[in-house]
Amino acid sequence: MPESSETTTLAGELFAPGVGAQAGPPTTPAAGTGSAGEAAPGAHSSGGPTPTGSPAERFTATDPEAFGDPTGREEDWRFTPMRRIRPLLQGAPSDAALEWDADLPDGVELTRVEAGDPLLKGLPEPADRLAALTRQRSGGAAVVRVPAEAQPDRPVTLRLTGTGGDDVVWGQLVVEVGAFAQVTVVLDHSGSARYSGGVSVLAGDGAHVRLVSVQDWAPGSVHGGQYDTVVGRDATVEQVVVTLGGDLVRLVSNVTYAGPGGTAELLGVYFADETQHQEHRLWVDHSVPHCRSNVLYKGALQGEQAHTVWVGDVRIRPAAVGTETYELNRNLVLTDGARADSVPNLEIETGEIVGAGHASATGRFDDEQLFYLCSRGIDAETARRLVVRGFFADVVQRIGVPELQERLMTSVEARLGALPGLADQPVEV
Amino acid sequence: MSVLEIRDLHVSVGEGDDAKEILRGVDLTIRSGETHAIMGPNGSGKSTLAYSIAGHPKYTVTKGSVTLDGEDVLAMSVDERARAGLFLAMQYPVEVPGVSVSNFLRTAATAVKGEAPKLRTWVKDVKTEMAGLEMDPAFAERNVNEGFSGGEKKRHEILQMRLLKPKIAVLDETDSGLDVDALRIVSEGVNRTRSDSDLGVLLITHYTRILRYIKPDFVHVFIAGRFVEEGGPELADKLESEGYAAYVKDSAEVAAAEAAAL
Ligand SMILES: Nc1ncnc2c1ncn2[C@@H]1O[C@H](COP(=O)(O)OP(=O)(O)OP(=O)(O)O)[C@@H](O)[C@H]1O
Ligand SMILES: [Mg+2]
Repeated sequence: MPESSETTTLAGELFAPGVGAQAGPPTTPAAGTGSAGEAAPGAHSSGGPTPTGSPAERFTATDPEAFGDPTGREEDWRFTPMRRIRPLLQGAPSDAALEWDADLPDGVELTRVEAGDPLLKGLPEPADRLAALTRQRSGGAAVVRVPAEAQPDRPVTLRLTGTGGDDVVWGQLVVEVGAFAQVTVVLDHSGSARYSGGVSVLAGDGAHVRLVSVQDWAPGSVHGGQYDTVVGRDATVEQVVVTLGGDLVRLVSNVTYAGPGGTAELLGVYFADETQHQEHRLWVDHSVPHCRSNVLYKGALQGEQAHTVWVGDVRIRPAAVGTETYELNRNLVLTDGARADSVPNLEIETGEIVGAGHASATGRFDDEQLFYLCSRGIDAETARRLVVRGFFADVVQRIGVPELQERLMTSVEARLGALPGLADQPVEV
Repeated sequence: MSVLEIRDLHVSVGEGDDAKEILRGVDLTIRSGETHAIMGPNGSGKSTLAYSIAGHPKYTVTKGSVTLDGEDVLAMSVDERARAGLFLAMQYPVEVPGVSVSNFLRTAATAVKGEAPKLRTWVKDVKTEMAGLEMDPAFAERNVNEGFSGGEKKRHEILQMRLLKPKIAVLDETDSGLDVDALRIVSEGVNRTRSDSDLGVLLITHYTRILRYIKPDFVHVFIAGRFVEEGGPELADKLESEGYAAYVKDSAEVAAAEAAAL
């Protein structure tokens, strides 16, 4: 079944077996990666997963030229429609900017640093040409600073609105959170833009940071970006990515750990309509002991040309003993033709881990669920809405900002309403 | 006063060459206030009958009719059947991730009643019914059937029946997987409904145990896709002591004779 690679943990969940043949093939791990399915929790060197050897190092650089000009055949770009991302890749330096509307709770500071600032030199390096161009052309960075031990009474909200125009907006944001601080930062992208924006979250020791990034762009917008997260010792970082709007959105989220005991939760929801391309690439690099990562991305697709890509790379290096990691991507295909690529990748270089697993499933509505709801008098369309709402709810609830959660669910429902012939898809005999 | 009439119902599963006839001419009439027990061995097609009445898409009716008060049930969609007053308590209730019990119940009640129930009385009704079935109020906030034990799922089915107030309820092995306490609680729920409404019940079971709690007016023996005998409650006692062996043998002989005659 090329369209669905499910581990046993997923059996009996949302998806009907053997469905979604249109859902696009490569849900199996990419060739030659030696990815594992599930390693039993508590596994240690004796009975643990077999190390997969030492894969090639991931290339990073600050100089865009070091990457060459992507052709679309490279692993990093093979799913991306190059014609549609070229406006960013070939975009000239510009002074164009998004409109900023910042809600800063007491104690939280928003400043700017110029290019060459030591803060920027210390950031994780760009991992592809677009990210390197962005770092170079953003000419400095906006910095949100949350002092050590601060617990702001509400989320830090940055409403970033595109004002149209063909010039590429280049941006870099650094969120620097002091030790033991607890904060939620919301990046709420809307309007019309060609935007390439880097975001770096530096979480101090013991800090608890939640970064929510909403891509609610107007049609036609193009958004690329590298999101870096550095998890301090014993810190927890939750990243919630919500991609709804825009013509093309391609986000690359990288996680590294600065000390042991760190936790990264990478959550995402996306909903691709019509011809939208939504690409989320994740790279979690476990190089220190006793850290955790958990990835949960859920997507829905409707429209013959909707395309989503999820690539989840997790690497557990030899030093990262005691690692616990799990990643899961699920796609709900609502119409024929839509294509969901899902590529989980797990590289394990030590057997001394607590657990490692991944799962990916792409399918259609489960007829049994719809039948159950309909058998209680609920019409087929309402039943589908309930199921899709439920599908996204566990991730959306984690945003922790009720008004935003409500807005996103309403937006999802509005899109479902646009699904042609939803009511015509028979559940009855 | 309602009547569910099933006439010469033939149902198959699978498509084309894989199609297999499971129901081979079922006749049954259930009136308001009556309780019919259907007993039969594993695989005889009891759930197929239940699902066919409810309209599950997996089952294809090839012949016969089902009417509720003269209305053609087979022409109705699944949800229309429920709104017409049919209810199926499933043998294996389905988990629906992300949909809370309270949201589900309210959506279902709104659909069946044709308008949203008044919030105050609704919340009170749900609480009362949950208490009657000894369900922890916390279940209201959990996802539908997700992580419920077998017994909890069956209580949840009966809770829905209590709240949706159908005319005819098909209870498919509501007793299976229940311990004695849960069996009593669930049976009391059914009996309450029988006494406070005019509910007609089609009680599908494999064992006679539940019939000690829910007294049937009629007992039907179901073998290999059709009824082979009908009687009063005493028939259940006979099945209890003698099992299905005699019927199954008869049925096999009949099938062999039918095959030979072809
Ligand atoms: N989708 C299907 N494809 C093929 N055969 C099926 C399918 N569904 C049911 N059957 C077969 O139909 C027959 C009747 O099944 P059904 O579930 O109705 O029996 P039952 O009387 O309810 O059994 P139990 O007492 O075990 O619940 C069985 O032989 C079963 O294997
Ligand atoms: Mg059955």
